[in-house]
Amino acid sequence: MPVITIDGVKIEAQPGKTIIEACLENGITIPHFCWHPSLSVAGNCRMCLVNVGSQKKSPEGTLEVDGEGNPVIMWMPKLQIACATPISDGMFVSTKDDKTLTAQNSVMEFILINHPLDCPICDEAGQCKLQEYAYKFSKGESRFDDIKNHKDKRVAWGPQVMFDGERCISCSRCIRFATEIANQPVLSFVQRGDHVTIETFEGTQFDSPYSMNVIDICPVGALTSIDFRFKARVWDMSFNDSVCPGCSRGCNIKVGVRDNEILRLEPRANPIVNKYWMCDAGRTTQYKWVNANRVSGSYIRSDKGLVLADADTAYTAIAKAIKQYKSDEVMIVVGGMLSNEDVYTVKKLASEVIHTNRLVVVERTDTGFADSFLRTADRNANSHGIASLGITSIKPNEIADYISKNHIKALLVLGDEIIRGDEAILSAVKSLSFFALATFNECQSTEIANVIIGSATYAESEGTYTNITDRVQHFTPAIVTKENMRIMGMKMSRLDKFGAQNDRWTQGDKRDCKQHWRIAQGIAEALGTNFGYKNSESVFDDIVKHVTGYNHMSYDALDSHLGLTLNHAQHPESLGVIYESHTLKPN
Amino acid sequence: MNVTTNTAAQRLTFWEKLYLPEIVKGLVSTLKTMAKPSMTRRYPEERWEPLGSYRGRPVLVQEESGERCVACGLCSRVCPALAIEVRAAETMERDKERYPDLFEINMLRCIYCGFCEEVCPEEAIVMSKDYDIVFHSQEAAIFGKDQLLTPVARLQERLEFLRQYK
Repeated sequence: MPVITIDGVKIEAQPGKTIIEACLENGITIPHFCWHPSLSVAGNCRMCLVNVGSQKKSPEGTLEVDGEGNPVIMWMPKLQIACATPISDGMFVSTKDDKTLTAQNSVMEFILINHPLDCPICDEAGQCKLQEYAYKFSKGESRFDDIKNHKDKRVAWGPQVMFDGERCISCSRCIRFATEIANQPVLSFVQRGDHVTIETFEGTQFDSPYSMNVIDICPVGALTSIDFRFKARVWDMSFNDSVCPGCSRGCNIKVGVRDNEILRLEPRANPIVNKYWMCDAGRTTQYKWVNANRVSGSYIRSDKGLVLADADTAYTAIAKAIKQYKSDEVMIVVGGMLSNEDVYTVKKLASEVIHTNRLVVVERTDTGFADSFLRTADRNANSHGIASLGITSIKPNEIADYISKNHIKALLVLGDEIIRGDEAILSAVKSLSFFALATFNECQSTEIANVIIGSATYAESEGTYTNITDRVQHFTPAIVTKENMRIMGMKMSRLDKFGAQNDRWTQGDKRDCKQHWRIAQGIAEALGTNFGYKNSESVFDDIVKHVTGYNHMSYDALDSHLGLTLNHAQHPESLGVIYESHTLKPN
Repeated sequence: MNVTTNTAAQRLTFWEKLYLPEIVKGLVSTLKTMAKPSMTRRYPEERWEPLGSYRGRPVLVQEESGERCVACGLCSRVCPALAIEVRAAETMERDKERYPDLFEINMLRCIYCGFCEEVCPEEAIVMSKDYDIVFHSQEAAIFGKDQLLTPVARLQERLEFLRQYK
């Protein structure tokens, strides 16, 4: 393997790699704007200029050294861009000499000539690559005292992406993303020189299902999300690690929260699952139902309508009702969004306490949603996990038949809305003697259920999802509920941490909703069996002990390997170096 | 028995023991001060007008076209007491696309340090001359945009001070 010397440090790298790649793999970051490991090399920002040379050879062919034994290096007359220069054996690279530092400062000064000082109103401020480099690699002085170029500041490229021409530094990351990853080559540079800007082709718009990823890769604030624009400054938000529940891919995400309300979701790099990307649908839809229209607290339906009750009363009411029926007259439905921990506890409740085998999950297939990149037709986030725990699935149109054929009298639904406007299911459910529901949102079922318990969504609970490739991934809570108030290690923004009773910015809705495994445990306890789980981790440890496939897993192992594959926990895949372009620091 | 002799009272002379000269001295001093101009004032009817350098309660500068503030949130970030809350919104009508939808200062938290004024890139939040800030409940101590917006004409002195010394 070729050996190159960077600032006096010898590193080995795969042949064919460029200098910047070889450096990244060895933990050295060369400043850059346009280079991205998942995109082709453009080499147009000139930020990664480095001094490259090789050792001088004597006419006899031997490598020359000076009097002290140091190699005599012949530097190339001009600096080279690290992103497009392939390495060769014996190459010398210098990133810290005066020539390189001067070049970096000059490039920064050049880029900033026409960059507006928009930072106060720019959504990128605080996690901006240009801001970061202005501190690190620029002297902060500009000799330009003319009037800056003015370009269009609010151009909607599509339904999700807003473009600001003045802030753009013409790195072409978005153009390359649209062409290479989103397969929608509608973006292009137009004009020349300092008038250069990016436009969509006449009559087209950038509406790819992955269009919003350009917002993340844009090193400046030229591309902003129409969905998020101006909602909050990044430093006012907390970002907790989670997994998108939109489909069975399980893209790794970060949940941006301010005042206990999710404001945005953004992808978290995972080289094996979603690389650096996630789809727009996940980003724009999977937080709205968490914020609005929620069921908070427990309710029991009586003659006077729904009456608010505490959770224990609700569990007792469910237990009392279930006891009246034979065990195979009780049916339990788990939602596809339930974590492995939830499903395992519900299964334990069904098999060990209620002794019914009528435990099903409803398939949610949407072939229109699937594509060849990340999106899958299976919309149940944890369908493989639920299957791995031995739960059978039925199709939505089989629910009504299942209820009538098996003479079901009592139905317990956890984390799913089974009616969804279907008349047959509605009449089947109405024919039941007892219907208990643990759910996230107000829906058709909450109008008729006998007992309703507010349950925690993915953003409020800790657990694991097993995705379509059988990869078990750990997610952590991002929103505070009355239940998870004390979960340690939850990242909180400065506002959350220091808010007091009389501050309005901490008065966000703290809902009374419980994780499903806790609800299942509560019902089991009301029926006389105590599972004794203290937290999600204790449930997961039980799964690891009792379910083959999960052997050798733990939350810590899942976190450090960004997920582990079922049956292969002992041999985690190599993640390589995870590249992070620019992000809020510290986070 | 411990008897104290040669006390201060015993050392007094005859004239001093009479007290009269001291009383007259005191009365002369009182009469002199009565003739001098008075230092106190009848607050709140008579109010003290501070100089431009005075740091009273922070206010938002209002111009004819609306507030100067672009809701960048830097004042909120720099505030050591976390007194300020800003929420931005977008507008198409004005030439500044961003404005504060909500701007609140909790005057129970504010410590009048003036960091918000110092950090403001738009010179939109400045310290006014208001020094008598009174409220009867915690809720009333949170000042919204309606209480904070002050016409720019009334803040000229402070703005000039800032331009000179900031």
